[in-house]
Amino acid sequence: MYGLIGRLLRVNLTTGAVTEEAISESMAKKYFGGRGLGTKIYMDEVAKDTDVFSPDNKLILMTGPLTGTFATSAGRLMWITKAPLTGTIGCANSGGEFGPELKFAGFDGVIFEGKAEKPVFLYVNNGKVELRSAEDLWGKTVPDTTDQLVAATDPDAKVCCIGPAGENRVLFAGIMNEKNRAAGRGGLGAVMGSKNLKAVVVRGTGGIKVADNAGFLAACTEARDKLKAHPVTGAGLGAYGTEILVNIINASGGLPINNWRDGAVDRNADDISGETLVEKYLVRNKGCFGCSMACGRVTKVKDGPYKSAGEGPEYEAAWALGSSCGINDLAAICKVNFLCNEYGMDPITLGSTFACAMEMFDKGLLNVEEMGGNLVFGDAASIVEFATKTAKREGFGDKLADGSYRLAESYGVPELSMSVKKQEMPAYDGRSLQGMGLEYATSNRGGCHVRGYLTSPEILGLPVKMDPLVTEGKAAMLKIFQDLTAVVDSIGLCLFTTFGIGLPEIANMLRTCTGWDLTDEEILATGDRIWNMEKLYNLGQGFTKTDDTLPPRLLHEPLPEGPAKGKVCELDDMLPEYYNLRGWDKDGVPAKAKLTELGL
Amino acid sequence: MSKTIVLKPDKCLSCRTCELICSFTRAEEFNPQLSAVSVIHYDKAMISVPIMCTQCEEAPCLKVCPVEAIYKDENGTKIIDYKKCIGCKVCISACPLGNMAFDGNAVFKCNLCGGDPQCARFCPSGAIEYKDANPSSMLKRKELAEKFKDVFGEEE
Repeated sequence: MYGLIGRLLRVNLTTGAVTEEAISESMAKKYFGGRGLGTKIYMDEVAKDTDVFSPDNKLILMTGPLTGTFATSAGRLMWITKAPLTGTIGCANSGGEFGPELKFAGFDGVIFEGKAEKPVFLYVNNGKVELRSAEDLWGKTVPDTTDQLVAATDPDAKVCCIGPAGENRVLFAGIMNEKNRAAGRGGLGAVMGSKNLKAVVVRGTGGIKVADNAGFLAACTEARDKLKAHPVTGAGLGAYGTEILVNIINASGGLPINNWRDGAVDRNADDISGETLVEKYLVRNKGCFGCSMACGRVTKVKDGPYKSAGEGPEYEAAWALGSSCGINDLAAICKVNFLCNEYGMDPITLGSTFACAMEMFDKGLLNVEEMGGNLVFGDAASIVEFATKTAKREGFGDKLADGSYRLAESYGVPELSMSVKKQEMPAYDGRSLQGMGLEYATSNRGGCHVRGYLTSPEILGLPVKMDPLVTEGKAAMLKIFQDLTAVVDSIGLCLFTTFGIGLPEIANMLRTCTGWDLTDEEILATGDRIWNMEKLYNLGQGFTKTDDTLPPRLLHEPLPEGPAKGKVCELDDMLPEYYNLRGWDKDGVPAKAKLTELGL
Repeated sequence: MSKTIVLKPDKCLSCRTCELICSFTRAEEFNPQLSAVSVIHYDKAMISVPIMCTQCEEAPCLKVCPVEAIYKDENGTKIIDYKKCIGCKVCISACPLGNMAFDGNAVFKCNLCGGDPQCARFCPSGAIEYKDANPSSMLKRKELAEKFKDVFGEEE
């Protein structure tokens, strides 16, 4: 096989048995790898009524055919299991260097099953694979765990691990690699923790071969040259990171403030913007494996109460910990973002859960005594304090660790949780960006921006400019974005490449890499297949049309000011058309003919 | 004027694109182990450093080779003649910079891709450049001169 190595590891944590198995090429051609192939294996092997923290649940790590090659920004890996936060299919991906290193070691992925009696880590050194004790690592932060494991194994080893948040089953714990790269959303780190699996360490010295050397080099060169020439991928992301969006989204009236309660225009937005980050705290920018865009932020707060160093924040994290909490202290935001990386925790859900608690305080549902601190809008010091309490489930942190929905619901006000399917929506108001509203409502992993990023056409004008305030055309565009994203997530590319290249370039890289005779249309149809497969999983978990919705605030509370003044999200205008375009019935259930067409 | 490899760690993005294209050009596979250039990361110092052969004028690899399998071509590049090479690996010991390596079958080093080094072609940030040596040192001299100017000059 080309691109993919063609081999998987199966690790039974209960018995300690490690076996190797082959990936069939027909299966790979149908689901590619990463999100597609991982989800297919997960659904085939795990009974649908399996509890997320049961030893019977499985956790799958999967790379794609382009991972580790010269393809543009192809450093991605994907983790797949049921998401503890949502109960939907859970898949979260990450860049860095771990995915490529796993392939250099001779494996495309790892299936973890069972539960270890005591904490362990998996060490893959080329063909030599063993489970070792991680008892002395339990409780340690991500950077400490990483440093110790590199020292104990190989100086060139790459480490994926959980921090205290994953061990303590924080429902939005992530799985980290190279210390600062996060498979962040949905709480997959809690599943890893439930299996007593602290880390995966990998060192590989093998290579990856492609089907058509000259063709692949030409395809990658074309794609790389296009990314370099594009203003977003060749200049903006490298200079300012994703944080470049703060002022742009704010100008469109789509940067929600104070738990989305007081509109979506933040007068202090520039205090937390990418430009300010560069001016005050950026040390340099950094690329994941093989990436020319280099949006990564290596940052340092040199003095003051929040003195610290690390990577980030991303735009959505800065918004969640900033505007959404009424906070404009970028040093505090950096500090909490670093803590999230150290504890292994998603800053989007963390910040949004803080914001929800802050609104509950305003409503008199929570008081300072009960919270054991001053978690109120605008209090930057409190979010630093409560980040640690949440990761450790200390005091009120134990409630915060379950995310905003469970917190608000336990006080009888679930409507104050700004989430879809219990996962918090990030940084783009669905009232100002109508298409993003539809995206949140239909995402297979709940409120999320990277499952069909309509901000791209609505704000950035890529690949075409669409008016963010209208609903027309959004359903059709969303379907294409969702399907293409499923492809990108399954072949090992970074989604950010799609600002600068499209299906033709991506398809060329995939074909010349794998040698598969697939047309552009067939490749996009694979994305459709993956999307429908995930939808079938969610239907099997009991999700229905009533879950494809938004918090009432977005549907019924018009924005008070800004370019989208007076708007709510007109979801009902878009959802029936979306179901229809997907080939689903009026209840959002895929029709038999559609599933047959997709080979499901 | 001959060209040289110029390494600028302060510009390095840590992305290892150079390792990918080097191993693919040399060995037709993506494998950092088979790359003649390596990027070394320093987490805490927050920097990455690309390291590769910079074609010594007095090249120990060339001098030490017992069968004269390493020669200097018309551009000054040190090239391995695999017809002569006996694989003794003393060049690996001799290179003070660690830029001679063994891939399991043969020793290898950077040969500047016949005058068009692909690492420099694809480096996204200019951390690896292939260019005239003298203007590069002039730039550094100018940077230093700026400092003298700032310290001793009259304010503008």
